[in-house]
Parts: sequence; structure tokens; C-alpha cells
Amino acid sequence: MRIELEKRPRPSTFYAVLSPFIALALTVIVGGIMFWMLGKDPLGALYSFFVEPLLDVWSLHEIAIKAAPLILIGVGLSVCYRSNNWNIGAEGQFIMGAIAGSIVPVVFHDWHSPLVLPLMLIFGMIGGALYAGIPAFLKANMNTNEILSSLMLVYIAQLFLDWIVRGPWRSPEGYNFPVTRNFAPEAVLPEILASGRTNLGFVFAIVAALLIWFMMRYTLKGFEITVLGQSERAGRFAGFSSRRMIWFSMLLSGALAGLAGIAEVSGNINKLQPIISPGYGFTAIIVAFLGRLNPIGVIVAGLVLALTYVGGEAVQLTLSVSDKVTRVFQGLLLFFVLSCDTLILYRIRIVLSGRTAAMAQGGAE
Amino acid sequence: MKKLLLALTTSAAVLGFAAAASAQDKTKICFIYVGSKTDGGWTQAHDIGRQALQAEFGDKIETPFLENVPEGPDAERAIERMARSGCAMVFTTSFGFMDATIKVAEKFPDVKFEHATGFKTAPNVATYNSRFYEGRYIQGQIAAKMSQKGVAGYIASFPIPEVVMGINAFVHGAQSVNPDFKVKVIWANTWFDPGKEADAAKALIDQGVDILTQHTDTTAPMQVAAERGIKAFGQASDMIKAGPETQLTAIVDTWGNYYIKRTKQLMDGTWKSEQIWDGLKDGILTMAPYTNMPDDVKKMAEETEAKIKSGELHPYTGPIKKQDGSEWLKEGETADDQTLLGMNFYIAGVDDKLPQ
Amino acid sequence: MGILEAILLTVITAATPLVLASIGELVTERAGVLNLGVEGMMIMGAVLAFAATQATGSPYVGILAGIAGGALFSLLFGFLTLTLVANQVATGLALTILGLGLSGQIGEPYVGMSGTKLPQIAIPLLSDIPYLGPILFKQDLIFYISIALVVGVNWFLFRSRAGLKMRAIGDNHASAHALGIGVIRTRYLAVLFGGACAGLAGAQLSLVYTPQWVENMSAGRGWIALALVVFASWRPWRVLAGGYLFGFVSISQLHAQALGLGIPSQFLSALPYLATVVVLVLISHNRRMTLVNTPASLGRPFVPDR
Repeated sequence: MRIELEKRPRPSTFYAVLSPFIALALTVIVGGIMFWMLGKDPLGALYSFFVEPLLDVWSLHEIAIKAAPLILIGVGLSVCYRSNNWNIGAEGQFIMGAIAGSIVPVVFHDWHSPLVLPLMLIFGMIGGALYAGIPAFLKANMNTNEILSSLMLVYIAQLFLDWIVRGPWRSPEGYNFPVTRNFAPEAVLPEILASGRTNLGFVFAIVAALLIWFMMRYTLKGFEITVLGQSERAGRFAGFSSRRMIWFSMLLSGALAGLAGIAEVSGNINKLQPIISPGYGFTAIIVAFLGRLNPIGVIVAGLVLALTYVGGEAVQLTLSVSDKVTRVFQGLLLFFVLSCDTLILYRIRIVLSGRTAAMAQGGAE
Repeated sequence: MKKLLLALTTSAAVLGFAAAASAQDKTKICFIYVGSKTDGGWTQAHDIGRQALQAEFGDKIETPFLENVPEGPDAERAIERMARSGCAMVFTTSFGFMDATIKVAEKFPDVKFEHATGFKTAPNVATYNSRFYEGRYIQGQIAAKMSQKGVAGYIASFPIPEVVMGINAFVHGAQSVNPDFKVKVIWANTWFDPGKEADAAKALIDQGVDILTQHTDTTAPMQVAAERGIKAFGQASDMIKAGPETQLTAIVDTWGNYYIKRTKQLMDGTWKSEQIWDGLKDGILTMAPYTNMPDDVKKMAEETEAKIKSGELHPYTGPIKKQDGSEWLKEGETADDQTLLGMNFYIAGVDDKLPQ
Repeated sequence: MGILEAILLTVITAATPLVLASIGELVTERAGVLNLGVEGMMIMGAVLAFAATQATGSPYVGILAGIAGGALFSLLFGFLTLTLVANQVATGLALTILGLGLSGQIGEPYVGMSGTKLPQIAIPLLSDIPYLGPILFKQDLIFYISIALVVGVNWFLFRSRAGLKMRAIGDNHASAHALGIGVIRTRYLAVLFGGACAGLAGAQLSLVYTPQWVENMSAGRGWIALALVVFASWRPWRVLAGGYLFGFVSISQLHAQALGLGIPSQFLSALPYLATVVVLVLISHNRRMTLVNTPASLGRPFVPDR
């Protein structure tokens, strides 16, 4: 028996709409089996994992908070990946954005002005963009693989943050513990609703996603990104420069990751500390792909992933299952989405025996 | 594989049973962990404490917990979730949970919060910590007796006051026996990476130390010491299983005693916000059995332990010089808690420059 | 034993898992498949090797379990990317996430157990050579395998017919297919080989490096292994050199600390990563050389036309 793919003449709209749902259904089924094997009531577990968090105002806020950085980074990465630039180091750009954005509230902590917050956000974007500029420069000018250079830079950023909060930026009021001084109130991103602690970061995420959606769909730049991503040669014929595209996509995704970093630090943590991200930069890669590299899809994917975190915590508490379940769920979800997307472009045929199989065998000696 | 699954399902079933036995009238005492409850070190010690608490009160209480909670915005959510779920008291067991604990505590004035190793309190937030340095002082004395080369290796995690305080206490203890004793330090910059900790242990041994102590959480350094045939000290938990012929003693965090004490106070209404810094005498830390050493060394260690417990001996008693040669404590003077809690300098005898 | 020999021994232990995982990934990539799930396969190998050793008492069974675990796990990747032509980057990442979660689940009952260390095998005569003997010829089985694999893969890729075909697939799968080479079948085998090597690397972690099971014990080594493949510009010998260079830098930074040189430890800890980037740049700067070695269809999906 073998599985064969047959390319559809046109991508199937039917499956394009349906495939995420099939994937979700498969994840739920496999997840249910997993809970059952762990000796838990599968329906109850799935309910408190996927449904219960949606019924409570408090947890909706928590989902929004968790989703904001994932969406911000995810949309930036979607542009990168569409143009065939594999920025894996968003985590490092997130950290560097947070550090650059914190210059104002930490170093100039005596300066109180309504300008503080906008400056922080701008610095954060610049910091993230500059840090993404390193792999961009190395790729554009030195031909260095960006997957690895951007990834190595993550470790360096983490250690740099560690050094700066233990060293030069350590709070004088913190008993020498590795934290910076707390941000003054005007350096804190304001909350947007009275009902909970969702802050402006979520608005940034949605606005960024919509802007990039507009760019991809209605502007020449968006066209350029798609063309260059599909074929560098075709792009060159159309007069597009893949080198400039490296810079554009990397700087853009870096700036958005940096913005996510400073928004997170300003809105939620209110200071710098050795660990400011539970791996947002890496999780956002999943978000980008779950959203099929489409900005609107990224919003949905970011919310779904945030739900798995919040729901995972709920089942940990109510059913005392381990927190690793969340990770397994995320992995499964991504697997199923990726495999179901095959249905959009291809028809899948299961061949029990036949000429093609024999031929392939013979061809390989 | 079948056996694996079986082990998985049975352990899960036991947990499930515990959860099913819950009822509404029970007092909920909740825990937030920064690591995995089976990390073999810091978090595991807290979880053992939680189990001791559960055993003490039986079905009068429930002790739900969340593990692997990252420090940052996730911490605030996790703590708030606990408070909302009806916890009467929440123990947040990592320094990085400090601001999140304070923030949530403001919103839930009726819930009591206990934050480990921090320094911020509120009417409903107490802090608690353990005087680990008392144990380190004893270890230093043992090291000085047991070492032939007069040099010990110290695998440190991060240069925070607690760790620096431990190194200094170790050195001071050692020098009370052998004034020329030296300590080499490697900062692993991690609490938890067995590979890196093992590498650090090997590097120290290769540089000629013949006693090893660690302020990181895995048993990897103990294993390396066992392999290379030198002696070592355990950290946070009794690590004797990793080195039956290697471990001299270990500082064992016994948080359970503290958790039981505070829960009792909560129940009879005498709980109040305090900054608690307990030591050997309160049973918040204990020394693992003194093993693999001659009787005279064992006797010395036991005597020192007794003296610390009775208050006769403060490990930080002058004269002590700082690393730069300036005087820190005069003859007979003891260190005050504020200085210790913010310690950011080495005393003389540490062969390292403190990361600043 | 002198300090230099001692350092070399530590470097060997630190470098072996990197070399193993890299040589496997190198073969996978030479066939034109980019599997970013090395970390996930490695950690699965580590936990299964430890579990099997505990169950049977034999670390050699553990090695087999590690290899089998890594290979089976890679099959999942193969099915998605080769049969269902899913995106390789995303699938690799999913594999890593799933592996970290699953291994934590499987390993829960084994935390805190003291493991069995893989015994050393002294090769008669050779191990008596002064200086080098005790370092190179008194090692454990996995070390010997790692060296043999580098030699073997080098021979396979550049001296054998099958290796030539594999490289042809990696460089241009369409023409390889036209020539009648079984693209998908070869790629499956290459992915399986990569998974087996990563699983063996994991077994080294839980049986040799630190004989115990700890969650996330691979601690990013899978990613370093990926970097080493590019660093080596897809050449087996350079994988060996790169792995040992990385091991040497990360060990010597610890020695630099123990000597009390007074450089902030974070900078020293960052050194191995920085060194990797620098060497990566130096190697890839020579555009002609990289172009010759880079598998041209790396990461591109292949669907045979019918």
C-alpha cells in the first residue's frame, strides 16, 4: 500500500476552509485518547482545556495578553517566511527590543514626560530591527545562512540581558537581586478595558496584523514579497531585488518582535529581569505557520495557541495532569494543520498495489 | 514501551484519585513552582514540603499546585488563577514571582500570600527564606578537614546575594579550620543543565580541586565527583543516591516544617505578615547524615551544627576581611541580616572575581 | 594525568553528541531534506535510552532503544514532509515541540534515578600508546561509533554509487527523478538515518555525559548540531572538526572561569555561540565553496509528476 499525491488543477477552496477544522478535530480526538490513557475523563478534560477558558471574562483577558506578543511576532515572521527568509531568532529580537526600549525608563528614570512611552516603543522597534539586521547583513553580504545566525544570536541576547540586569542596570533598591528598577507609571502601557488587564499591546498586535494584511494584499510590496518568495529568478525578471528583500523582511520582523518585547516588559512585567519571555519568539513560529503565513490567520492562530496555554494550566489544576500535556497538544495541532493543508493543493490517493509502485521500486534499483 | 505506559497511567491514576477526593469544605493551600516538581533540586524540595503538609493535615486541606510557571506575565496569571479558585493561602516559591505576588495580593485582600526569598511584603503577603549559609559554613569546615590540597571547587548558578552569601560562608567555615584554604568558583549561569554542571565539575577537578560543592540543582556534579573519586556536597535534596561513597553531607531544604507551621497559624487565626528567615534551629533546613568521613570530622561537624542551632555560633562572626583586604567585620562582630540579604562582595580567600 | 589530557577527555564527551547529531543531519540535508527537529529526536533518544537501560539493566539495550526511538520519531517527520509534502521548517519545529513534551511525559517516573554509565572499552595495544592512547582508545562504544560514522559517511557520500545518487537528489531532485532514482525512498532513508543518529546522540547524553534522566536535558544541543552542519559546509570531516572546536570553546570557557580571570561569566558563556557565528560567516563568505557544497534543493518539497 502506498499513498500518492495528485496535484489539483487549482487549490481547493473547500479544503482551504475546512482543513483547519479537520486538524482541530483530529487534535481533539487524539488529545481525548491521550487524556483517556492518562486515566482522565476525556470529555471533561477537553471541555476545561478548550471551552471553559472562553466562558470567563477573566480568562478571555488572559488569552488576549498571551496572544498579543505571539501575534505581533507571528505576523512579522509570516512576511519573512513568505519571502523565503528564515528568521528563527525572533526570541533574541524580542529581548533586544525590550532592552533598547527600557533605556528610557531605566537610565533616565528621573525624566517624567508623556513622551516616555512613545519613545520606549520606538526604541524597542529599533532595537529589535537592528538585532535582526545582523543576520540580514550576514545573509545579504556574507551569504551566511540566516536560520543559524539568527538562532545563535538568541543565546547571545539572553546572556546579554542576564549580564545587564545583574550588572550595570541592577536596581539600587533591589538588594542586589537581578532586576532593574520598576518602571514609573508613565512608562507602563495602559490597560484598555475596565474589566481586566488586557493592555495596549493587544491593540498593537491587531493593528499590525491588519496593516500587513493590507500590504500583502493591495500593495506592490506585497506582490514583490510573494513573487520573490516563490521564485527568486522570477522576481529578478520583474526587477525585484532579493537582497533588498532580505533587509526589508528581516528588519520588519525584527521591529515587530522588538515592539512585542518592549510592550510585554512595559505592560506586564514593569521592569527588566533575567527571563522576560517564556519562548514567545519560538512559539510565534508555530503561530505563523498555523495561520498559514496569512496575517488574519495569524491572529486566529495566536488566539488558539494562547488558549492552549491558558487551558493547559486549567487542566493542570483541575485534573492534575502534567504541564507537558500543553506542549504535546501544541505539537499535535501543528502536525495536523500541516498535514491537512496538503489537501488544499493535492488529492490524496491510497494505492493498494499497482504499476506506479512497481515502477518506483524498479527505478531505485 | 508497554511498561512505560503502565507506569505513566498508574502514576497518573494515583494523582487523579487525590484530586477526586476533594470536597468543598477543605482549606485550599496552593503552590506555584518555577520548575518541574521532579527537578531533583529546588522545586522538588518545595513539593516534598507540600506533600508533608498534605500528610500532616490529611483530608482537612487540599494542596493544588502549578509547575513550570515562567517568571513574568505568566506568573501573574497563574497566581491570580489560584486566588480565584478559592485558595486560602498561596505559596509562590521563586524570587522572580515577587512583583506578581504583590500585584495579585492587592486584588485579593482576603487571601494570604507567602513569597519565598523575596523582600517585599504587604498586609497579606509574608516572605520566607532559609539560612542556607549556616549549612554552607559547616560544609566549609568539613571541606577544610577532608581536602588534601586545600582547594575546593564551587559550582555556582547566578551571582545573586543568596549564592554569594553561600560561597562566603563556605570559605569562612573552611578558613576557620585552615586559614590558607582556597575556593575556585565557576558560574554555570544556569540552575539546571546537567551537561553544563558536569562540565563545570570536570573543569574544577582538572584544575586541581579535591572537594566539590554546588549551588545548582541537578545531581550531575555529584556523579562526576563519584566517577573521579573525590568527595562532594549535595544541594537542596539529599543526593546520597547519586554518590553513595561520595557525598559528605547535603543541605536539605525541609520546607514542610515551615508550611505546616504557617498553615496552623492560618487556621487558628494567628497568621500575620512577617519577613521570616529561619535557620537550622527552626528545621527549615537540615543536614543530610554526615557520611564518608572520619569520626573526628563528623564530630566537629555535629558540634558546629549544635552550636549554630543553640545560637552560640553565628557563621558570620568577625574578624572577616573583604576580598580587597578591607575590614568587614571586627573581632567578635556578627553580620546583620540586611547586609547578608544584599551581599555583593567576596570575603578574602575566594579565588574568583565576583561578576558585577 | 595532566591537565591537558583531562581537558581533552572532557571535550570529547561534550563534542560526541554534537558530532553524532550533526553527521546524521548532514546526510539528511545532503539528500535535500531540512529537518529542524534534531532537538526533539535527540531528547526522545535520551529518554528512551534511559528507560530501556533501567528496564533491562544493560546500557547497550539502551543504545539500541535510543537509536530506534530517534529513528521512529523521524519517521513522523518523513511521513509529513515526504509523503504529504508539508513544509519542512514548520514540521521540524513541530517535531521539536512534540519531542520535548512527550519525553517529559515518558520520563516522569525516571526522574531522580541514578543511571548506569556506559562502560569504557580499552582497545588492546592502542590504548597503551603514551598520551594519546588513554584519550582516544579508552572510550565508550558511542565515541567509537561517532568516529566510525564520520569516516563511513564520508566514504558513502563521495566514494560510493549510492552516495553519488543521494547527492544528485539533494542537488536537483527533478533530474534525479528523471534519471530513475527513487527520490522519496532515498529521502526516507536519509531522514531515518538522521533520526537514528540524533537518537544515539541522545543516548550518549543520558548514558555517558550525565547518566541520568532530566527533563530538557538536551538543552539546545540539537540546534548547535544543526548549526554545525552549515558550519561544516556539508562536509563530514568538518563536522568532526566543528564539533570538537565547539566542545573545546565551551569547555575552555569554564577553565577560564576557574582560573579566575575576571571576565563576566555571561560573556564567556556566549563565546561558543559567538564563535559559531564567526566561523559560519568566514566559511560562507567564500561564496563559491558554499555553492559547491550546499545541496541545491535543500528544503524544497518534491512531488513526482505523473
